[in-house]
Amino acid sequence: MDKKLFIEPLFKNNPVTVLVLGVCSALAVTVKLEPALVMALSVTVVMGFSGVIISLIRNTIPNRIRIIVQLVVIAMLVILVDQLLKAFAYDVSKQLSVFVGLIITNCIIMGRIEAFALGNKPMASLIDGIANGLGYGIVLVVVAFFRELFGSGTLLGYHVIPAQWYIKNGGFYENNGLFILPPMALILVGLFIWVQRSFNKELIEK
Amino acid sequence: MDTNKNSYTIIYATVMVIVVAVVLALAASLLKERQQRNVEIETKQMILKSVKLGLDANAQKDKAVYIEDLYSKYVTDTTIMGNGGELKLYIVRLDSSKKLYVIPLRGVGLWGPVWGYISLESDFNTIYGATFDHKSETPGLGAEIATANFYNQFSGKQIFDPSGKFVSVMVVKGGADASNKHQVDAISGGTITSKAVEEMLYKNINEYRDFFSANAIINLEN
Repeated sequence: MDKKLFIEPLFKNNPVTVLVLGVCSALAVTVKLEPALVMALSVTVVMGFSGVIISLIRNTIPNRIRIIVQLVVIAMLVILVDQLLKAFAYDVSKQLSVFVGLIITNCIIMGRIEAFALGNKPMASLIDGIANGLGYGIVLVVVAFFRELFGSGTLLGYHVIPAQWYIKNGGFYENNGLFILPPMALILVGLFIWVQRSFNKELIEK
Repeated sequence: MDTNKNSYTIIYATVMVIVVAVVLALAASLLKERQQRNVEIETKQMILKSVKLGLDANAQKDKAVYIEDLYSKYVTDTTIMGNGGELKLYIVRLDSSKKLYVIPLRGVGLWGPVWGYISLESDFNTIYGATFDHKSETPGLGAEIATANFYNQFSGKQIFDPSGKFVSVMVVKGGADASNKHQVDAISGGTITSKAVEEMLYKNINEYRDFFSANAIINLEN
């Protein structure tokens, strides 16, 4: 049962492409591969911890303010992590600074806590949180890979398209500016969903 | 216990807020000193970077000490009178006894503050180097102002046109003319941040103009 809990969010029940959660941040951070990786890792960590904490206190939470409680726990965790990084790993915290707001408001975290951690044991919530974070990360990395490759001609900041191919150096190639802009992320996520559904016929709605 | 009672809800919310506040306040005050030191080191590193020193700092074993050493060796800071009141100016004397003037820059980007340092040669016209940073510009778009590809463009540009008029450096969308001394390329997809850099340069350097014209003559005579 635990294995299924971990495997399903990675593909068959992917939070971005199947549950359609967290699309907003998927558009914002996928221009380059590196921020996408940082974001994926941060979300995974925060989801794991917040799932455990909410699951531990799930029976004490007053139903009417449960969303506020969830938000406070998530926000506290994110700020705490950010403060620690600022003190002990300053360079990483600079990378992360822009994502702090995006992590707190990421609908995957709220969505999974509301749908899963509120009704399950801490261990299961931890696995669910981490698996959903990774599922989100897979989509992010795939989208960022194509956007950085075609939009900037680089991968993780290294040039992979030979310089002499470019028109300005007498070649035939030009970076595609559309890939840098947010609409392309939406198109790529759409293509991802298409490919996924053509492999997984049961996902197609009647 | 009935978790739906009003009194329970209110007490729960109060306790939760207090606990979270205490945890965060504790973390903030315990870590403050270390964080401030990190910020200070970073500022010094940026000043050094604007005169192309300490570029290998991140590869050093003890980055903080390395930066402090370089900083105290090359940089002195003074306060001067400009058109906008008292202004900060950093003076750098390189090993080649070349004297450079570093001006701090502060501006407003798309999502938050942007800042940087620009170094001028002793003619107060030619830019020796520049470096920029930002709080929360979009990664891959506006955030690219902090990359060497962008800020290295500024080296060798000039802030006054041949007739002596202050023109600063324009950030041009769609490709600047490389031979133009007052233009650099903007960042594709990061137009608002690029424009913010342009505005920041104009506004901040402008405040030093009186000081420049007063001192350019002295420097020429020396």
